[in-house]
Amino acid sequence: MQDVVLALLAKEPSHGYQLRARLRDALGPLGEALNDGQIYVTLTRLEKAGLVTWEPAGEGEGRDRKVYALTPAGQHRVAEWLTEVAWPRPAPTDFHLKLTAAAAARLADPIALVDAQRRELLRLLRDAQRAALAEPPGSVAGLLLEGQVLRLEADLKWLDACEQAWTTRGDRK
Amino acid sequence: MTEAVLRTRKLRKEFGKGDGRVRAVDDVDLAVDAGETVAVMGPSGCGKSTLLHLLGGLQRPTGGEVELGGRRVETMSERALARLRRDRIGFVFQAFHLMPELTAVENVEVPALLAGRSPRAARTTALDLLDQVGLADRTGHLPSALSGGQRQRVAIARALSTEPLVVLADEPTGNLDSAATAEVLRLFDRLHRAGQTLVVVTHDARIAATADRILSMRDGALVDQTVLAGAA
Repeated sequence: MQDVVLALLAKEPSHGYQLRARLRDALGPLGEALNDGQIYVTLTRLEKAGLVTWEPAGEGEGRDRKVYALTPAGQHRVAEWLTEVAWPRPAPTDFHLKLTAAAAARLADPIALVDAQRRELLRLLRDAQRAALAEPPGSVAGLLLEGQVLRLEADLKWLDACEQAWTTRGDRK
Repeated sequence: MTEAVLRTRKLRKEFGKGDGRVRAVDDVDLAVDAGETVAVMGPSGCGKSTLLHLLGGLQRPTGGEVELGGRRVETMSERALARLRRDRIGFVFQAFHLMPELTAVENVEVPALLAGRSPRAARTTALDLLDQVGLADRTGHLPSALSGGQRQRVAIARALSTEPLVVLADEPTGNLDSAATAEVLRLFDRLHRAGQTLVVVTHDARIAATADRILSMRDGALVDQTVLAGAA
């Protein structure tokens, strides 16, 4: 969240509500869970860290008193963030370990776990796909939903591979 | 509770004899309500295409019953079965199966003409259906001049041309790239909302996710069900 808010500020000094609007546009339906207060909490933290500063808003600029801007340290941090290539959660490790542990301890049938997980992912896929179809063509938020759909599709394919592998293994319950 | 348009009881299909005998469809009980979309998913060779062929009267079961619109299918004469397939069922296949020498609109009107509609009525319906699938500007094109996604949309329009009780689709996006899949996806979603009864057999989770229910098939049997209808 901190890096995202900093990067959004790189465009120009902004009010908190402007940052929130830009974030909402970019995230579309996936940003609905975003709490209005989160932006301000983040901005306060960034200010304490010396990455943003603020000036009082001019006359007639509405109820938001502060216009936030990046400090030189903040600009440096944005530049660093843009070059980072870390990728969150490239492997479905948790579920893999769940299957392995369940089979080893004979706690549950791995195939039943795969079935339950598949039902959940299909529901998520249905929701993501509906949201994607509802976006107007060329929508930035639609692109994010497409990413979600493609990842869920890949995860479902992997569940098929899990089903096949655990069906042929001898250590099913 | 709406009435089932399509129903099977203890449906079974075996291939081969003796030790080599394979049960491709094993005791399948299924009821598809009017206006419902049901997807069947499962690994290659699980029997899902065979199940679809039995539902559509393209193959005869070894045992059990198939009922479409209140009529028993598996006991029909070949003649009655051919008429049922032509008039009451819309088929969509992976490989489109359009007639290469006919234009898009001619392909779409074939089933209606065979069912005895007047050429004028058949043409009007065909043009309307092509408009609905977003191909109003491609009606005079031969299949060879259309993209894969467009061909499949022509095939879907054809499947709808006799206002079938049910549309049966076998891997409808199996030959399509991601963009063309999205076209078919939107179309299936629209058909679903319009109340068309649809059974689709597929590997493609995206197509399956447009359904009210997804049935998982393994070794010829339905083993799991995901209900997607309702909340979203």
